[in-house]
Amino acid sequence: MSILESKIPEGPLAGKWSRHKENIKVVSPANKRKLEVIVVGTGLGGASAAASLAELGYKVKAFCYQDSPRRAHSIAAQGGINAAKNYQNDNDSVFRLFYDTIKGGDYRSREANVYRLAEVSPNIIDQCVAQGVPFGREYGGLLANRTFGGALVSRTFYARGQTGQQLLIGAYQAMNRQISMGNVEMYSRHEMLDVVIIDGKARGIVARDLVTGKIKRFGAHAVVVATGGYSNVFFLSTNAMGSNGSAAWQCYKKGAFFSNPCFVQIHPTCIPVHGEQQSKLTLMSESLRNDGRVWVPKKKEDAEKIRKGEIGPNDIPEEDRDFYLERRYPSYGNLVPRDVASRAAKERCDAGFGVNPEGKAVYLDFKYSIERLGKNVIKARYGNLFQMYEKITDVDPYKEPMMIYPAIHYTMGGTWVDYNLMTTVPGLYSLGEANFSDHGANRLGASALMQGLADGYFVIPYTIGDYLADEILTPKIDTNTPEFEQVEKAVTERIEKLFNIKGTKPVDYFHKKLGHVMWDYVGMSRNEEGLKKAIQMIREIREEFWKDVKIPGELDNLNPELEKAGRVADFFDIGELIAMDALDRNESCGGHFREESVTDDGEAKRNDEKFTYVSCWEYKGEGQEPVLHKEDLVFENVKLTQRSYK
Amino acid sequence: MADKILKKLNIKVWRQNKAADKGRFETYTIENISTGSSFLEMLDILNEKLIIEGQDPIAFDHDCREGICGTCSLFINGRAHGPDTEVTTCQLHMRKFKDGETITIEPWRAKSFPVIKDLVVDRTAFEKILYAGGFISVNTGGVPDANAIPIAYEDAEESMDAASCIGCGACVAACKNSSAMLFVAAKVSHLAKLPQGRVEAKKRARSMVAKMDELGFGGCTNTGACEVECPKSISITNIARLNREYLLARFSE
Repeated sequence: MSILESKIPEGPLAGKWSRHKENIKVVSPANKRKLEVIVVGTGLGGASAAASLAELGYKVKAFCYQDSPRRAHSIAAQGGINAAKNYQNDNDSVFRLFYDTIKGGDYRSREANVYRLAEVSPNIIDQCVAQGVPFGREYGGLLANRTFGGALVSRTFYARGQTGQQLLIGAYQAMNRQISMGNVEMYSRHEMLDVVIIDGKARGIVARDLVTGKIKRFGAHAVVVATGGYSNVFFLSTNAMGSNGSAAWQCYKKGAFFSNPCFVQIHPTCIPVHGEQQSKLTLMSESLRNDGRVWVPKKKEDAEKIRKGEIGPNDIPEEDRDFYLERRYPSYGNLVPRDVASRAAKERCDAGFGVNPEGKAVYLDFKYSIERLGKNVIKARYGNLFQMYEKITDVDPYKEPMMIYPAIHYTMGGTWVDYNLMTTVPGLYSLGEANFSDHGANRLGASALMQGLADGYFVIPYTIGDYLADEILTPKIDTNTPEFEQVEKAVTERIEKLFNIKGTKPVDYFHKKLGHVMWDYVGMSRNEEGLKKAIQMIREIREEFWKDVKIPGELDNLNPELEKAGRVADFFDIGELIAMDALDRNESCGGHFREESVTDDGEAKRNDEKFTYVSCWEYKGEGQEPVLHKEDLVFENVKLTQRSYK
Repeated sequence: MADKILKKLNIKVWRQNKAADKGRFETYTIENISTGSSFLEMLDILNEKLIIEGQDPIAFDHDCREGICGTCSLFINGRAHGPDTEVTTCQLHMRKFKDGETITIEPWRAKSFPVIKDLVVDRTAFEKILYAGGFISVNTGGVPDANAIPIAYEDAEESMDAASCIGCGACVAACKNSSAMLFVAAKVSHLAKLPQGRVEAKKRARSMVAKMDELGFGGCTNTGACEVECPKSISITNIARLNREYLLARFSE
């Protein structure tokens, strides 16, 4: 299909990226100075791209909705970053990381992209160390590694339980250096509201200054969107409160295809929901599964007593504990990938073995590793996570097992991109979680950080040149054109429309309602009937929202409710597309579990014959059904097998 | 442990519509808050009530709600991030408050952090300090293998302790002089403890301190309030290290 030109280089897998780099165009330093690039979002993908592009000489404008780029949600990633360094001499290699990622993604990602990711992964660690990222080290002074889910080798680099924070600070500092040199203009507290297309090419954005409410125009020769995922469609997720899908969604509405929206990751180890007042969920790093054992009581009556508060976990004798992951998956045990661990927890809780009052929690127990290694070792490894857990729950995890439950955490789906990370709109790029490319139907732990930085440091600086080399004669983009004017007008009208509804219910009322529908029917387990029902319900809530939402405050002032309203308005549309995509994909793969497609022993069952494709949705206008295109996935280097971690 | 319900709370909060406006305190009452709720969830509930009643909700900064992004910034009952230790406001839970209590909420108070609206302040001054040298001058690519330079375990750990800073500004808010010394010291120590960062250590200390002074932050008088209120327990020994780096830099000029 000509419309989806993935531009994957020909030839053997291992040489694709090198050959591609040899063949793509390069822009001269003198011309780079004349070319402007907009980068939206300043997490790992955005900050590393902004810094690297500015270092090359491009004039960069960077945008974030937060008050500082350092606060982008990459900062919350805890456990680590994978890289095929083989420092542990445990037979790791680029191919092994590639293979684990393809298998972990349940064979729904592109071989070429994933191989490139694995190939540049060692460079990321080198880069981060040079920037001053204080990774954990051994006493000999060399870098330490830990093991993560879905891998049999130890290749995860970490900075305590704050790896995302440290990597982001590294990228942020690199970007700050470019800001200080005048190569990056930073626009904090600015939210991109739309992308501007001129003669079929992305030429700028329209953004709202969140402090003054002013709508502003920004032109550039190319636009890079690195705005993260859309987990907050579910209302309760581990994402930051402001994390949203709106920038990517506007790109979709302007012609960028949206891929695999139904591939949403549910992280197995989050602090369970309590009561009705909860605003967000907190993740407990997957790294905890290295030393924690997951269990529920073997006997239902014990679980019931625990739920009523009559007994505690430490009252359950060893022989009455069901270490269900070790039981079901002896070879990977507690380190099975996230989708498998999440479903297994749900299965036990649905069967009546849940351990909190709501019956929606399992134990993650450190007793055994504390006995084996001592409290100090555990404290050194996970001290900040244990402290975080105690502050939230008022329970000391050194003495009592943690209670955990799955929660929405990451979205593998996103904007479709070719091998150059360009969307179907020329000059519009998408990086990191915002694109769909590397994680298939399930992302392995410690791979999000790897992808964000791979895209920003080592892919886009090369591939954007191939496009911009043809733009050297394009003068500075004039924002006083009818195209910019029209976008600004549409954006302003939408904001005014929302503001003038003057209904009776706050934004959160609708967002929560949407979240419930998503979690109940489009969550961990999906079926045709439920998905159809969800689509109907989402449409009803959206209609109610556009009639009855109440937005206080002023248009020309800081107005968090107004910001939220715009994002939630898009979440309805994204939620609907997630459900439609899930309905189309009548197979179970990775994080997408269709009840109609299971093996005899209840595991997810893929249908490679029918579904070895990337779904690519094309927007057809307000109220119109989107059109589904398919990019067939071709596997030349791995054999598709039913994933087994037993 | 088991959550209780706080039947009634009085929330005395700073309201200021715009930077140029003169602010004032206003008091609201709120009922039936679970002790298991976070402080910010309590504010969400209060805001929902205000919106439904047709009043302007209270603007406050927040994002990750798990204590790492550094966005939240409230001065609660006279303490930065409220009455708990080693937490940000978003990690503060209502179990730290008593039924019937009056809770006073203010924005960070510092000349260098002007109020934008209500409890939201402008911390751009921190960014400017970092532009002055809070980085290692390397470009992407062309760097040595990550294991080429061994770093002593203790040095990496000390660097990490300092690097834990989340840039929230509690140190400035807690300081009677509104000094940013702990923030600057944390960055200087983070980088100076690593061989990669040593190269520019002196220059970094000198330019960051100069920028801090220029932006109107006060001087450090070693009261240690910053260390007490720092949600990441960053030690004031970092300030000693900064002073050493700074003096070394001045003597070598």
